[in-house]
Amino acid sequence: MATGTDTVLGSVPSLWDELTRRVAAGGRFADLFGTARSDGLLLTAHLIGPSGLETWQALLPSGTASYPALTPRLGAAFWYEREIHDMFGIVPDGHPRLQPLILPTAAGPPRPGSGTGSATTGPATAEQVPEVLPSHVAGPGLFTIPHGPVRSGVVESIEYLVETPGEDIPHLNMRVFYKHRGVEKRFEGMTAADGVLLAERTEGIATVAHTLAYCHALERMAGAEVPWAASLIRVVHAELERLACHLDVVVRLADSAGLAVATARFGWHKEQVLRVVGQLCGSRFGRGVAVPGGVRAAPLLAPGELLAAVGELDRRVSADLRVLTGTASFLDRLRRTGPLPPERAQEHGALGPIGRASGVTDDARLARPYDAYGSLSVRTASRPDGDALARLEVRVQEIAQSVHLLRQAADELAGAASEAGSAAAGGPLRAPCDVVAGRDVGWAEAPQGEVLYDVSVSSGRITRCRARSASFHNLVLMHEVFAGDILTDFPFIEASFGLSVAGVTG
Amino acid sequence: MWALRGLRNGVLTTRWPARPDGYAASTRGPATVLTPGTQPPSRNGHASLAGLCPTGAISQDGQGAVSVDQGRCIQCGRCMAARPDLFTWQHGPGSAALSRTGLVVPPVAETLERLAEVRNDLRARTRALRRSVHLRHVDAGSDGTEEWEILALSNPVYDIHRLGIFFTASPRHADVLLVTGAGARGMIEPLRKTYDAMPHPKVVIAVGTDAVGGGLPGSSYATAGGIGGVVPVDVWLPGSPPSPFSILYAVLLGLGRLPAREGDPR
Repeated sequence: MATGTDTVLGSVPSLWDELTRRVAAGGRFADLFGTARSDGLLLTAHLIGPSGLETWQALLPSGTASYPALTPRLGAAFWYEREIHDMFGIVPDGHPRLQPLILPTAAGPPRPGSGTGSATTGPATAEQVPEVLPSHVAGPGLFTIPHGPVRSGVVESIEYLVETPGEDIPHLNMRVFYKHRGVEKRFEGMTAADGVLLAERTEGIATVAHTLAYCHALERMAGAEVPWAASLIRVVHAELERLACHLDVVVRLADSAGLAVATARFGWHKEQVLRVVGQLCGSRFGRGVAVPGGVRAAPLLAPGELLAAVGELDRRVSADLRVLTGTASFLDRLRRTGPLPPERAQEHGALGPIGRASGVTDDARLARPYDAYGSLSVRTASRPDGDALARLEVRVQEIAQSVHLLRQAADELAGAASEAGSAAAGGPLRAPCDVVAGRDVGWAEAPQGEVLYDVSVSSGRITRCRARSASFHNLVLMHEVFAGDILTDFPFIEASFGLSVAGVTG
Repeated sequence: MWALRGLRNGVLTTRWPARPDGYAASTRGPATVLTPGTQPPSRNGHASLAGLCPTGAISQDGQGAVSVDQGRCIQCGRCMAARPDLFTWQHGPGSAALSRTGLVVPPVAETLERLAEVRNDLRARTRALRRSVHLRHVDAGSDGTEEWEILALSNPVYDIHRLGIFFTASPRHADVLLVTGAGARGMIEPLRKTYDAMPHPKVVIAVGTDAVGGGLPGSSYATAGGIGGVVPVDVWLPGSPPSPFSILYAVLLGLGRLPAREGDPR
């Protein structure tokens, strides 16, 4: 089991030295965020090293207005430093593009940290969004197409600024701040039990993964051991969530290609997955399932019924996927579209299916197993090509793996139930998990990739909760994948990323 | 190949609202009061009863009678777990109401009178839209699930095209505006512009508890605590997220197209 090691370094430059040294040695940069304290701003970085999660910290003393930026030395910190600047107003000197990322303000005054925790005092106002479109490429006939924040279709709000001479896309810029909800600030002052409800809503389509990462952090603080049956129920919901999200990506890709029947068929399959989730727990998104210490209740479906439902789904989905991955006109739209070179994916530490489609094989379920994953058999899906087709192929493999995991978990649940001699899941479903004070990190592999929760509790209340979604870490890679692609490739590339804006902006 | 596959499983589409649908009837709505009007014996005292709800949807009047403001309910189920004698789930798609106060259970007497007025006004406005309606959606800070549930309406199970309802990209073509999210500050101006760009008559539906009453994000430096202060809302639909059937119910309610069998709208 991986363990976190916390080291507070004397100064920010020595923290950067340590981080770049470890990343050069094969570590993966996973998170960087600020926490306002009475004595200054505490910078915390998470790395995934060979032995698991490592935590490194340094303090910027009160009154510090700037620090030397990390981004020129470690490109993956590009958005993280912009986020810190937005939230705390502290300037990273030498950052290549210090524009607003999370807060919808243009060049407002620096916002002081509020004393403790994550965020900002001043209300951000929409009026400050600049009317002039930024452009980063110069040349004859180049113009910028603003695409958003209200876009065609039923999608989350984000603005893509496509710089184009008419057909190809030499550069893409993004403004993601429109739907920032202040989630991290909202956590502060909540009890651990209420925090679960907010974790469920941080990135709704990955409700289960976020809740699990949050619960894992608290369980590590309390030293709570999740009962076996509960850990299986968690796996069931996490894998159903993966099925739903991956099917959603397939629906969007098929829709982009104008395959009406495929869009309808996979839309139906996705609906069936959501209905199975609803039958299991009452919520179509697995809300109310995981609680710190275990799960709230036994599933409303018996393991046998779950197996039957999964078998039926698998039969239909895999037959349709076979046809889809044999439809030449569809594959032509994905092949060599939006390629993410493996070396860029490696450098950035790309997460989830995006990383795995570019040869970065990290999967928290295998490398840093949690709940029942350590006892179940799961393989990592991986492709070397890095294009939209590779990302689809990884998801197709993962759908099969999820079905495999669901079967194993349902079998184990049936076994646990018969051992305990009860019809419902066997044994207790919840271990005591009362946290008065402490700090720890939890993680889970969402359908979009690894989710990290760094939770601090004091006097039974959350004082800081950093929720780093895979969507936040991965979306910045959209900058990288447009070489040679044209406007009509855009929907395929966006769909193949499969991210949620709610998870990006928090 | 795909054409044949499309015929494989026959007709999957629901007949609701023309015919009842088992799944529609079983979907979970917001929390409600088990037997309205009862004054619970104060087992734990009044204060703790209100404290049950993380979003403050539960309140008690001077006599101790309990009421739930479903516009604040995030469907966490905590109230009914602690007091199954008082609270339960409301089932079925009919969660939406034509006024914000109409979401309070048990209903306030004053609301019932105003309701007829509101309904007549809405009916007069939407008469022209009856059989060809275009929806436009704006995300004003959702958690992402509401978009999935709205989008589900285009899948073959719900297939809203059968009702003459379509999604449109341009607000200029839109009759109905579906708004999700608690009103993120960055989306307030885009939301207003979208609303202004729509031709009259227009219907606005607040989709989800966040849009109705702020939900868990509430009112903060980043969110407005609901979209009611930004655009005039005609239909209020709670849920975290509301089910596709309840979204369809809300749209039909706004258009005055619900069959009488669905009971009296509120």
